[in-house]
Amino acid sequence: MGKNMLKRIDLIFKNEHDCDIILEKIFKRTNEELINDLIGSGLKGRGGAGFPTGLKWKLTSEAKGEAKYVICNADEGEPGTFKDREILTQVPHKVLTGMAACGRIIGAKKGFIYLRAEYNYLKPSLQKEIDTFHETLKKLKSDFRIEIFSGSGAYICGEESALMESMEGHRGEPRNKPPFPTDAGYLGQPTVVNNVETLAHCWTIFKHGPKKFRDLGVQDSRGSKLFSISGDTPTPGIYELELGMSLQDFVDDFGDGDSKAVQVGGAAGFCVPRKKFRETAIGYQGKLTGISLPTGGSMMIFNSSRSMYNVLKNYLEFFEEESCGQCTPCRVGCQQLLRGIEAVKRGDKPHYYLTKLLRLTETMKMTAKCGLGQSVANSFSSIVENFREEMIY
Amino acid sequence: MSKMVNLKINNIDVSIEAGTTILSAAEKLNIKIPVLCYHKDLCIAGNCRVCVVEIVGSRKLAAACATPVSEGIEVMTNSLLVRNARKHIIELLLSEHNADCTKCYRNGNCELQDLAAEYKITNQDFIDMAHDGVYSIDDLSASIIKDDSRCIRCQRCVRTCRELQSVGALAVAHKGSEMKISTFFDRPLAEVVCTNCGQCIIHCPTGALIEKTYIERVWDAIADPDKHVVVQTAPAVRVGLGEELELQTGERVTGKMVAALRRLGFDSILDTDFTADLTIMEEGTELLHRLKANLVEGDHTEPLPMTTSCSPGWVKFFEHTFPEMLDNMSTCKSPQQMFGALAKTYYAKKVDVDPENIVSVSIMPCTAKKFEANRPEMRDSGYKDVDFVLTTRELAVMIKQAGIQFVDLPDEKYDSIMGKSSGAAVIFGATGGVMEAALRTAYEIVTGREVPFENLNIEPVRGLEGVREATVKIEKVLPEWKFLEGAELKCCVAHGLSNAKKVMEQVKSGEKEYHFIEIMACPGGCLGGGGQPIPTNDEVRKKRMKAIYDEDTSLAIRKSHENPEIVQIYKEFLGEPLGKQSHKLLHTEYFERQRY
Repeated sequence: MGKNMLKRIDLIFKNEHDCDIILEKIFKRTNEELINDLIGSGLKGRGGAGFPTGLKWKLTSEAKGEAKYVICNADEGEPGTFKDREILTQVPHKVLTGMAACGRIIGAKKGFIYLRAEYNYLKPSLQKEIDTFHETLKKLKSDFRIEIFSGSGAYICGEESALMESMEGHRGEPRNKPPFPTDAGYLGQPTVVNNVETLAHCWTIFKHGPKKFRDLGVQDSRGSKLFSISGDTPTPGIYELELGMSLQDFVDDFGDGDSKAVQVGGAAGFCVPRKKFRETAIGYQGKLTGISLPTGGSMMIFNSSRSMYNVLKNYLEFFEEESCGQCTPCRVGCQQLLRGIEAVKRGDKPHYYLTKLLRLTETMKMTAKCGLGQSVANSFSSIVENFREEMIY
Repeated sequence: MSKMVNLKINNIDVSIEAGTTILSAAEKLNIKIPVLCYHKDLCIAGNCRVCVVEIVGSRKLAAACATPVSEGIEVMTNSLLVRNARKHIIELLLSEHNADCTKCYRNGNCELQDLAAEYKITNQDFIDMAHDGVYSIDDLSASIIKDDSRCIRCQRCVRTCRELQSVGALAVAHKGSEMKISTFFDRPLAEVVCTNCGQCIIHCPTGALIEKTYIERVWDAIADPDKHVVVQTAPAVRVGLGEELELQTGERVTGKMVAALRRLGFDSILDTDFTADLTIMEEGTELLHRLKANLVEGDHTEPLPMTTSCSPGWVKFFEHTFPEMLDNMSTCKSPQQMFGALAKTYYAKKVDVDPENIVSVSIMPCTAKKFEANRPEMRDSGYKDVDFVLTTRELAVMIKQAGIQFVDLPDEKYDSIMGKSSGAAVIFGATGGVMEAALRTAYEIVTGREVPFENLNIEPVRGLEGVREATVKIEKVLPEWKFLEGAELKCCVAHGLSNAKKVMEQVKSGEKEYHFIEIMACPGGCLGGGGQPIPTNDEVRKKRMKAIYDEDTSLAIRKSHENPEIVQIYKEFLGEPLGKQSHKLLHTEYFERQRY
């Protein structure tokens, strides 16, 4: 095992505090220049979906509305991810700066941090940071203001349209798309919703220039990314690594020497078995050979002592409970998948019932209303297909 | 004109206005896409996913009801991908649905059942989850039964209750596998703000929400030789019943309905329209009385505006929502309850039957009437004024059970007494009808002349617009109404409780001033009532509405005060409108109800 063979990056948590200087610089430049920097950096959303951040801001800046909003999605709910909490603890000012930059570019006067209910303990320190930040903004004659909105603990509210429903005082249920938030988001107005980490990366890009960011990573997967590493690893924790690494290198670095599978991207992500470590890269689908897996940063390593049936069952129990329940494929589908694998394990259903369930996940992927229901297929099919015997015996 | 978008649906070129959904675009091409959570009356939910279609080149299927058309797309509504996915979704719905169809009240008129039949879902491999959950049936309401085991969570009822009615008795609770349609703290419908309007029932695609049925009780009464069973039929029933019995939407079946009721074995077939005319006499007089008290005598104990009180869904909504304005509501009972009170007094005496032995049944387009009949104050005859209330749908069931070939029935006439009515009474069944009927009579009382509208048709108060206003100038009055000379009577008509709420809030805040407001709880008025045939939507409402006004014009007597039986009852029994006897039998009071 080659320990520390992957390069550690130190950008996000780098000790930098010059908000006023960066903001002053940002406020002096044109929107076009700023958006070009963002697009040029190749930054993609760090929540997991990977939408190009520059394009999102551009679309929102061009959309028409009575008011516009910036929302920082701090509803970090994906099982196995815990990086945003650390950002908000250590370098919240970088996130706030990213929000103010976004506000300036799209023409928003109001920003919200949608804070996960479990992170409520962060509220006092975060509020203090916001107050200081507001002073800086006042000095720079900016009327942009940021407010914290506390979530209530539903996983689905990390989905941006459910998040906005929740902020509007409604039940946290995803909306029909289109329209997308860039056109009609919070209160029906053009809205940018960005993950905490995405906004923190904007600091780096605006402070050090897009090249510094772009020089990291490969092809379509540029820059660095925070990884929340957990499971059977001697070194769990949060690491900033370059995108595009091979999973084999990752396992060599962080595994315990007996890694059987890695769940990339949390319960909504993919499970990669040992035999596919070498051909799997961590990043966005580009011209890379083999499989590229995007991720919000959750990396769960399982060694050979783990039952993949139990792993899958755990995920399905999670989804069965956290589906908002509005659309049929997700609400009923999750229940059928969970009960289905239990029935196969018990012997109440034949092993080929798994094939029917795999077909069901295809339908869920194509017909569910939002990303939650669509992505249940990811972990289900990757675990069932690669560890079929463990499902049956 | 807005921008046009070109696209292909099933390889057919179509050019359609931007913003149109794929579903409506397909409908224009006569291509049917199945739906469950979609209803023309309601906002788009896009949650059942039955309407998914393929947009060529897209990795995901799109919900046709929620996806707007876009330039150049190619839509396939019946590709292999679509069919397989759709079948899966129907299978999933069935797996959580209590599909004991033979035990279901909606057997034969269920959208899920239709879909299952259409897609021949015969091998249900998925695990049956309908029977392992503990579902309790809520049957404590006098009007509505809620059975969660038959619910497919399409949220049509929730949207109906919130959007159309702004009642909010039904809402979504919990998430994931435990997500369900529930009430405030999961309390029974009888204990929450539910107005019993039954709009949730006519919007429910399955048997999760149904009326509480009293068919068996009525059969028992008919079979009891000691009982004299009288039946009254509401104005809107005659324009809806045919739909349940193989006739066209909007066909008038008054004569056939009377014939059917006679064949069912009712002892006397009478008409709620008679008491609708009576309501006009009482309510019209009450309005004039209130105008005089408020405008001349400065007595505001019975304030203006006066609102109508015929719609029991509206009455209960009012008691919950505007308790500080209870005095604004007309004290007149609804025609059903006036009829009930008279059936066991005036009628009993006339036909010489002991009121103890009279069973009073009413056929209503309404579910709230079931609740109304059970209100404790509705016993002014000394008995329960109306014993059983059946909906239009329940009557259709009885007719089918009796093996009556409805289509072939001859037209028959109502019995007398309390069987005669005017056109003014018939139009009670449509929104604006009570207003129009009241104006026809009140104007004539005050001026001695007919209302100044061609053919007595007061067009400004007709139609399906949610809120309508009209001003009637009163001129050349009779001497005793001198104080009204030159006055402008400001009227307002609203239907659907959301519209009602809007109007009353405007009145409360002083933004609007009216003298007389007609409100019907259900969209379209009684013709769109919660007890009417399913489906009901604007297309259907328009046809039923036309039938109502046709019926009005077809009658010789068009004004309530000219109904000879009305003249007779005042002469022989009631004395005069708002008189002592009227006050005892025909008027009521209202009570404040809590929101929670």
